[in-house]
Amino acid sequence: MLIQLKKSWKQFLSRRTLLKELVVKGIKLKYRRSYLGVLWSLLEPILRTIVYTIVFGTLLGRGGPDYPLFILCGRLLYSYFAASTKAATKSIGKNASLIRKVYVPKYLYPMSSVLSNYVTFLISLIVIIPLAIYGGVSFHLTAFGIIVPLIIILCMSYGVGLILATIGVFFRDIEYIWDVALMVIMYTAAIFYDPSRLIKSGYGWLLELNPLYALIQNFRNCIFGEAMDSQLLLYSAGFSIVVLIVGHLLFYKQQDKFILYI
Amino acid sequence: MAKKALVVDHVSMKFNLNRERPGSVRELLSRIRHGRLRDEFWALKDINFSLEKGDRIGILGLNGSGKSTLLKVIAGVFKPTEGTVKRYGKVVPLLELGAGFEKQYTGRENIYLYGTVLGYDKDFLDQHYDQIVEFSGLGKFIDVPIMNYSSGMRSKLGFSIATAVNPEILILDEVLSVGDVRFRRKSMRKIKSMMENETTVLFVSHSIHQVKRICNKAMILQNGKMIAMGDIDEIADIYEEMYGLERARLARKSRREARKARRFAVQQLEAAMLAVEEKISESGRSVLEEASKVLQTAEDYISGNSKAVEEKVKVLGEAAKVLEEAANRAAEDPEAVEQALRALKETSDCAAASFKEMKTAEIIAGEALLPPANQENPIKSDEKKENINL
Repeated sequence: MLIQLKKSWKQFLSRRTLLKELVVKGIKLKYRRSYLGVLWSLLEPILRTIVYTIVFGTLLGRGGPDYPLFILCGRLLYSYFAASTKAATKSIGKNASLIRKVYVPKYLYPMSSVLSNYVTFLISLIVIIPLAIYGGVSFHLTAFGIIVPLIIILCMSYGVGLILATIGVFFRDIEYIWDVALMVIMYTAAIFYDPSRLIKSGYGWLLELNPLYALIQNFRNCIFGEAMDSQLLLYSAGFSIVVLIVGHLLFYKQQDKFILYI
Repeated sequence: MAKKALVVDHVSMKFNLNRERPGSVRELLSRIRHGRLRDEFWALKDINFSLEKGDRIGILGLNGSGKSTLLKVIAGVFKPTEGTVKRYGKVVPLLELGAGFEKQYTGRENIYLYGTVLGYDKDFLDQHYDQIVEFSGLGKFIDVPIMNYSSGMRSKLGFSIATAVNPEILILDEVLSVGDVRFRRKSMRKIKSMMENETTVLFVSHSIHQVKRICNKAMILQNGKMIAMGDIDEIADIYEEMYGLERARLARKSRREARKARRFAVQQLEAAMLAVEEKISESGRSVLEEASKVLQTAEDYISGNSKAVEEKVKVLGEAAKVLEEAANRAAEDPEAVEQALRALKETSDCAAASFKEMKTAEIIAGEALLPPANQENPIKSDEKKENINL
């Protein structure tokens, strides 16, 4: 077992260049032929946040200068999760021509799509700074804590991505089903409303089931200078580890059959 | 020497047909009812062989015999249902060149992308970048997105990247027919130079001539089974015989014809020589006989009769007369000689004609055996042959 792990780690290292090349490809192609290029990863969340602030700020009557920052935190994490899992679902089919010709460890495809989205996601985090200044939220040392939810969300996205990529090969309908599921996840992640209101209404369990909600809550806590909720942290971390293991087992069991279905 | 390069150990590959998803619930039910849910197909059955370093093996077989499946199993793209493949060294597959390119990337970016896919690292690609571009002959087009390339340009680039290094095992699937004549020649040279570096080559082609030029070994696949493997010439003969290749058949036919003509010519010649010899010896013998008779008589006269010299002289004159007569007769005889000579000429003409016929037949045979330079139509040589027959 240990020897096998060591061997696959060695194999992974030997494919580092390829992984890097695939990640770069994902980023490059995303912004190719656009004038602003990577700037869009900053501009897009700002514009979205403005829209959300106007729509939900007036609709829900939730105001305050820190409301845009509140939305942005949730929105950034959610869009990363959505984009990377969607990309992972399609990753095998998209690289079919390559898979049919050359042997490459197949997990590199979902991994690279998760990672290239992660890079743009990390860049877009810069947007938090101007909105925090706008919202009058001062800098707290706890802000360094965001690294924890950031690591967890990467693991979670990769785990979910592996599962979806595997299913996506045999059952293409999963793309559309996942779109709907993502909508449910978005609305139950308390991105633009105060979670306490939903908890009071008795639908709080929906939030508690949603691991993304747990991540967003802790992320916000870090930014707003509060302590992380250990229960939520544990839940999100545990969930990530479980999907990571399940994803790996599923993917490894099925990967040799991919070629017959793409 | 004789180091192992590749061991294919009892490899079998099974596919499920009917993989297409049922279009409707009704179709699914009908499939279940007819038991067509799992239609198995063995693309490869118990393939077992090993190659040594520097071996070049040609894989022959009709369409659907499992050639490409075997190559893909060796390349690691397919995992065999049964059996194992052991590769000693780096495998570079040249299957459908340029299929792994990213269309939106430029040629330069694709060199790095495809290069890393094939397992080269960045430093290596940096070092070989110029060489790759130069070999591909793309020049200034290297910074143009691939989607604007022609298929020939794409193939050239793919070949150049894949062959930037000398891999231990090179897999070629009908790739030598890409690009223009110049590039084809260039790539052939490149492969030849790789072979000198003890690269093991697996080569699939429908052109037995190409296979013969590259390979030292060959195998024949039929319905997923390996039915023969061994020395290239031996296997090529079996292959031609098995599949009655039109060209090979024609070649064999004209070769047979040539042999027949040659046999006929030799026969004719022999008969003619015999006839001439007979004629000459016959007339010669009769002249000699006559002369010796005359001489005998003369001698008799000289030795036996010593009575009178006059008589002797007279007899001598008589003998001379007889001799003269004999000589005359010999002079007369040239008719027989001439006749013999005529017969000789006739027969030698005949022999020459059959020789000529034989030569043409041989030329046809040779042409038929030549490579299809520009997809030369075998019918052409057929026509030629008919003309001669006429």
